[in-house]
This record gives sequence, structure tokens and C-alpha cells, in this order.
Amino acid sequence: MTELEPVIGLEIHVQLDTRTKMFCACELGFGEEPNTRTCPVCLGLPGSLPVVNAQAVQYGLMMGLALECEIAPRSIFHRKNYFYPDLAKGYQISQYDIPLCSGGRLGDVRLHRIHLEEDAAKLVHLGQSGRIHGSDASIVDYNRGGTPLAEIVTEPDIHSAEQARDWLILLRETLRQLGVSDVNMEEGSLRADANVSVRPVGTTELGTKTELKNMNSFRFLAQGIEAEVKRQAALIESGQPVVQETLHFDPVTGGLRPLRSKEEAHDYRYFPEPDLVPVAPTPEMVEAARAALPELPAARIARYESDFGLSADTARLFAFDPGWGDYFEQVEGDPRTVANWVTELRARADSPDAVEPAALAKLVGLVEARTVTSGNARVVLDRLAAEGGDPAEIVEREDLGALGDSGELAGIVAKVIEDNPDVVERIRGGNAKAMGALVGPIMRETKGKADGGEVNRLIREQLGV
Amino acid sequence: MSEILELTAAQAGERVRSGDLDKGELWRAYRDRALADDLNAFTWVCEGDEPEAIDEGGPLGGVPIGIKDLFCTNGVPSQAGSKILEGYRPPYTATAVERLMAAGAPVLAKTNQDEFAMGSSTENSAYGPTLNPWDRTRVPGGSSGGSAAAVAAGTVPWSIGTDTGGSIRQPAALCGIVGLKPTYGAVSRYGMIAFASSLDQAGPFARDTTDAALLLGAMAGPDPCDSTSLGLPEPVRAPTATDLKGIRLGVPEELTGEGIEPGVLAAFSETLDLARQLGATVETMHLPHSPHGLAAYYLIAPAECSSNLARYDGVRYGLRTDGSDLLSMYTRTREQGFGAEVKRRVLIGTYALSSGYYDAYYGRAQKVRTLIARDFTQAWERFDFVVTPTAPGVAFELGAKTQDPLAMYLNDACTVPMSLAGIPAISIPNGLADGLPVGFQIAGPAFSENRILDAAHALEQAIGFDSRRAFA
Repeated sequence: MTELEPVIGLEIHVQLDTRTKMFCACELGFGEEPNTRTCPVCLGLPGSLPVVNAQAVQYGLMMGLALECEIAPRSIFHRKNYFYPDLAKGYQISQYDIPLCSGGRLGDVRLHRIHLEEDAAKLVHLGQSGRIHGSDASIVDYNRGGTPLAEIVTEPDIHSAEQARDWLILLRETLRQLGVSDVNMEEGSLRADANVSVRPVGTTELGTKTELKNMNSFRFLAQGIEAEVKRQAALIESGQPVVQETLHFDPVTGGLRPLRSKEEAHDYRYFPEPDLVPVAPTPEMVEAARAALPELPAARIARYESDFGLSADTARLFAFDPGWGDYFEQVEGDPRTVANWVTELRARADSPDAVEPAALAKLVGLVEARTVTSGNARVVLDRLAAEGGDPAEIVEREDLGALGDSGELAGIVAKVIEDNPDVVERIRGGNAKAMGALVGPIMRETKGKADGGEVNRLIREQLGV
Repeated sequence: MSEILELTAAQAGERVRSGDLDKGELWRAYRDRALADDLNAFTWVCEGDEPEAIDEGGPLGGVPIGIKDLFCTNGVPSQAGSKILEGYRPPYTATAVERLMAAGAPVLAKTNQDEFAMGSSTENSAYGPTLNPWDRTRVPGGSSGGSAAAVAAGTVPWSIGTDTGGSIRQPAALCGIVGLKPTYGAVSRYGMIAFASSLDQAGPFARDTTDAALLLGAMAGPDPCDSTSLGLPEPVRAPTATDLKGIRLGVPEELTGEGIEPGVLAAFSETLDLARQLGATVETMHLPHSPHGLAAYYLIAPAECSSNLARYDGVRYGLRTDGSDLLSMYTRTREQGFGAEVKRRVLIGTYALSSGYYDAYYGRAQKVRTLIARDFTQAWERFDFVVTPTAPGVAFELGAKTQDPLAMYLNDACTVPMSLAGIPAISIPNGLADGLPVGFQIAGPAFSENRILDAAHALEQAIGFDSRRAFA
């Protein structure tokens, strides 16, 4: 049997965090009373006309520039026509054959396009069925109707569920740091669909794909893709064809359920939206969008790895939490040592504001000079995170300074050896691990002021092992 | 005829501003006539006193106005001639109407129209046909037939309508008054219940070109609520020209030959003679793609309408006829709410946009549209204006063409090319044929409204047509 390779592309809808809706002046909101954020335009009242939200275009440009896309000199909106009660006008205004952004790349995945469109209203179905079919009644909340959306479509460059999940996490973090969306999958401000097919390894032709919807967490995305890849592989191995269809992920069973084909059989009759003029970004608009770009996670990871020699995990940690990344860069000292101590501080403090970069640098210096042991430096860090102050003073005040070469430590080691003859016997018998049973009491005795390496050296010296 | 009725709107407004005429008296004179209307020109008439919020000091001088039904007017029925919007009162007012009110024109009435502006006779109104005041057995034209008939009958001093393929110019011609379709984008479409978005344009009906210019000046202007609005590059002036010296008129052979009634052609020739006497040169020319105008128009307009009318689905406003499920609610609502002509165009438009047919129909029609626009662009190298009869015939009898959609569509043959090109055109009355009014159309380049109005004014003075002849 030939080995099969999954081929996966993602389609991601992002609700843009603009002040107002895509085509009208209604403010966006979440959790308001139903139908309080509406006007003639987003209600689709007769005679109303859409006007493109300039901030949404700016966000689209920022996304396009951040993801290395080509910006269209003139992109246009189309009408996507279909009837549904959550669609006030009977059509969705969306970009079709000339999107705002084309091409692009994030990490190891190429982008196909990014386009702007409007979200539909929210339907609530009353009664047992939970769907419009068989419900007692359906009610519409138009607050969400007209929310700006960006749709990001990747090329089919993804080859495993894990890669899809990891890439989506990177995309989400990138969009979050761009400030264009609050990218919350559970609340639906980031929604990912997956196009999945399989093919024999080594071939380039794409197999028949299915579209997976309703995976509203990273875990569900990976689960859904995993299940679908298995299903398609089983079909092919048993000689049956994969049918092109849309599948709904069921988070309860972890399985996939086909949508009724009737709901799918749409001819959207796309045509250019005559109520809008083309979006033609001026060089000034593009430059303004470029100027608004922060350093993005992928670039930061690469820089931390190459410039500072950080591990991939640590680089990613700081890149995904750029406030701490910026803080890390402000602390002077050996980057990898500093990175460890920033990570320690991050576990203790809500924000980098808790400790001045200079104070942390000083503490790192004390450790490197062996003025304080690593263990006691963590105690100092507790104090710093909680109440601030000067690391040297804390060491002084709390008597946390490392024991010097005064012979004091050698005396303590000798005493502990004397108090534990049975352990000594085990060590002499060849059990090196038993040495730990001596280190503990020595550390207690010295209140953590002893250097671990020095303690080990003294034990060996005094026992002659 | 009372003295007030004799006055043009400009004259009446001047007297109100100077204190020689009480705006309440003016309002009541027209209100009482509008309430007594027996042409079915109105779908709503304000029964009360004149609205106090209107400042008669504005350029429109407190002179009341009739508004085509499809303009949304806050709290007032705005039904676009359709049963599907029966009783619908919008929560906002169209920009064009806001501007007219701000300029000092109180809204006296909403006027009857073909359903969603689809028609050339006003017989497609769900609220019954409007009659032509010149002959009550005949139609006033359409789709803005109520607005035209009311001005011709003297039940409003002036009015506004919309023109998609001729819906201002053709009824103006059939009712013996002035009607102007501005450049696409001159007047905001915000609040105009849409028929075909890329063609719809609001404009004035008036007894003469001076009144039309006043209304246009008040209506036109860019609107942040309409991305396709531009306004006009210069203020609209009151037309003053009395001659046509140096003006080059082009007479397109394609729009002045076959299919035009002899009486209409005779009046057209007389007006061309007058134009020459006023100093114009008149030359036959060609708009080679204009014969395809109707075919392109009857794909583009239905395609856009099939989408624009999708919102009438019974979910949120207007008529709802319940069904056993969602689909049957949709189909029953639209089956009962729309009239035959609207259904015909929604079907044509849906077909034209369908996957597999788009390129052959909608795509091809857009290419023809581009070619028609280019014909005009080339014409402006040699001519100041293109002139034609406005409509191929005079007002026809009620019911004469309702069973023959193609015969009805041919009414727009001379007006559709300008709509497709987005250029301005005026219709002025230029005489009678068989005792019924005939219209003369002057079309010019985009944003040439002032020059068109001047030329129309010069001809109007020379023709001497009395637009008050049909007053009851």
C-alpha cells in the first residue's frame, strides 16, 4: 500500500476590531442587548447604501504588509447573493476576484489571498432542534450583522494536523500583535475552516478535498483534521472515492457530520457591487499601514535565535509575549542567562513593570559573581517581584549572601558527614546517588547560601571518593 | 385659474421670500388641489398645515413639492409602488429629500409610480395606474408618472422623480413638462429605494427650465452616505440663454428614424429648425452602438434589481405571508408581494447572473455599455449636445401595452443610451402631436447640466409651450 500524505489549506475568518461596522457607522459591541447596534444600513432597510470603513481597509493593509502580500492597486467588492434570515440584504458584500491582498507568506505556509467582507447577523433558534429546520421560532440579532471580517486563505502547504494547529497559533499571535482583532476562537472572532485532501507521498496532484467547519478551538482543529485524514485514507485504501463535501465537526463526539447537500447547492451569482467604488489605496495609506506595524512574532523568533542564541522555545515564549520580549532586551548581561532569569521573573510577576531591568541585571550580576547562589537569587526575585527594591540590599538585609572560602562551609560539611554514617557507608559502597542525602541537610544548615557545586566538591574531598 | 397657480415655483418662492405671498396660503392652495386629485397621482398627501420646520428663506422659498414614492421619508409611507412595502414607513429620510427640505421645500405629497420604478406607464403600480391629465384615457408615462402628472395637472408646483432608463424624461415628455436626469452621481441615492443601482439617478420635474435648475441645485451634492455620489463641479445657475449661437447639435440617425411616430418626428424637425434660427448648427451623426442599448439595459437593470430586491423576503419589514417553513415563507411572500413586471425582471436578472451565463449576458451587456459610453465620448469631439425625440410616441391608452412587454420597453429606446453612459439629459415639451404633448431631449457630456439647461432655456423661450394647459 502506498503511503498517503495529507494536504491541508486553511480559510480563516477574522473579525476586525474596528470602532464601527464594515459599511455603516454603528459601533461594534459584544454582549449588548440584541438589536441595539443597528441602523438602516446594517438592517438592510430599503434605500440604504454601504460605505467602506477606512479603518478596516487600514487593518487589511496592515495584515497584507505583515504577511508579505501584494496589495491590489484597485480591489473591488462583489455581492454574494443568497437568501438566509441572518443576511439582511439578501446578499453579502465581499471581495471576489480582485481581493485587497494576494499571495504572501507566514512561516512555512504561503498565503493565497486576504479579502474584506461583512459578517452576517446572529440567529437564535428556539425549541428543541437548535437549527432553523424544526425550530419553534427563530429570532435575529443584527448587532453582529455588518461586523468587518478579513478572510485569509492559505495555499495547501500544510501536511499534518499539528502543523495546522501550530501555524494557526502563530497566525493568531501575529494578528493579535498587529492589533487588528482580539482573535478569540471560542467567541468566534477567529474562525478557521480547513480544506483537507490526501495523496500518495511523492505525487503533486491534489486529491478531492473536503471542507471542515465548526472547529472553534486549536484542539478541535487538530482533532477534526486528524479524523478527516484518517477517514479519507480509509476510503482510498478500500478503493472508494472521496466525495467533495462540507463537513461539520462535532465537538462532543469528535466526529464529522456532512451538511445536507441542499444547504450547499448555491449559485451565489456574484457580480460587482454597484453601490461601492473600488478600494484604491494611496501610497500614503500604504505607508501609514506600514508605519503602524510592530515587529511580528516570526521575525522576533528569528532575531532572538540568531542574535542572542536563545533556544527555539525561549525565543517563541518572548515573541508570543512581546512585553516580556522587550523587557528581556532591556536587561544587560549574557543573553541566555538573562533569558533564564526573565523567564523566572515572568513566573512571579503579572507584568514586566514589576522589576526595573537594571535591578534584574544587578541580580544576574550577583549570581554570576557568586555573591548569591541561584537558589537564594530566586528568593531575592520573590522579594523584588513583590515589593521592588535593590537586590544587593535584599541580600544584605535577609542574609542571603553566599558562603565564601572562610572554611565555614567545610566545617558544616564535616559535621553532616559525621551525623550520617549510614549514608557515608552507602556512598563508599559505590552509590554516588546517595550523596544527595548529604546535600539536603548541608543546604538546610547553610540556609541555601552554599554553592551546590562547591558542596559536592567538599563532600568528595572529605570522603576521598 | 387662481393667481397662485399661474406662478412658476421660482416666482412663487420669490413672492414668499419678499413677503408678497403667505407660505401657508401657498401650501393650502396646493394641498387642497392635491387632496382633490382624481388622476391617482398620489399615494399620500399631507392633510395638515404646512410643516413649520421649513425655512421659506431658503432658495426654494417654501414652495411645496411632490416626492416620488420610492424616496424614503421618515414616518411617511414609502412603498415604491409595491404591495410588498404596503404601509412601510421608513425611520429615515433620503438625502435628496433632506436637501430639498433644508433648501425650503416642504413635502406635500408622495407620488405614484411603477412598482420599484419598473415600467414606462405607471400601470405597474400596486396602487392603481395614474392618468394623464391631457387625456384621462391615457397613461402619463413612467415610471415617475405620478410626479409628472401632478406637475402637469397643477396639483404640485414641482416634483422629483428617478430615472433609470428614462423614467423622468419619458413621463415629462408625455405630460408636457420639463424633466431632467442629471449626471450619474450628481444627486445622492441614499434613501432612494433601489431599482438598478448603477443607473438610478434622481432629478426634477418642473413647468420650466428655471424651476428645474432651482430644484437640481438644491438636490445635487456629494453625500458621505453614498460612495458613488460626486455632486456637481459648479453651482447650478438659473438658465438665461436666449440663443444657441455657436452650439453644435448632433442628431443621431439611430435614434431618430425607424420606430418614431410621424407626429413626434414632425415636432422634432420643427424644433431643429428653431434651433437653427437661434444660431445652432444641426448635423446628422451616428451613435453606432446605441441600437443595442435596450438589449444591454434589459440585462443590466434586471440583474441589479434581482439582487436589490432580495431584501424583500418577509423577514424584517413589509409584507410577510407565512408558510410551513422558511422556503415557503420566502416564496409565498414574494409571490404575493411582487407584481408581474417585477417578477419578470427578477427572473431575467437571476438568469443573467447565473453561473455559466454571466459572461454571455451580464458580462456582454457591460461591454456594450462601455461601447455606448464611448460613442458619446467621441460625439463630444464634434458636438456640444446630442438631441433626439424623448419618446418614440405620445401618451398611449391605458392597457394598450400592458400585454406586450417589448412594446412597452421600446418607449425607452431614445433615453436608455444616455442612462447607460451616465450622462445628463433633459426633456422639454416641444409641441403637440394629435393634441398630445411631445418631448425634445438634449443630452450633453457628464456634468454639463448648466450648459444643457441654458440650451433648453433658449429653445423653451422660442417654442413657447404652456405647461399649464392641462390644469383642471
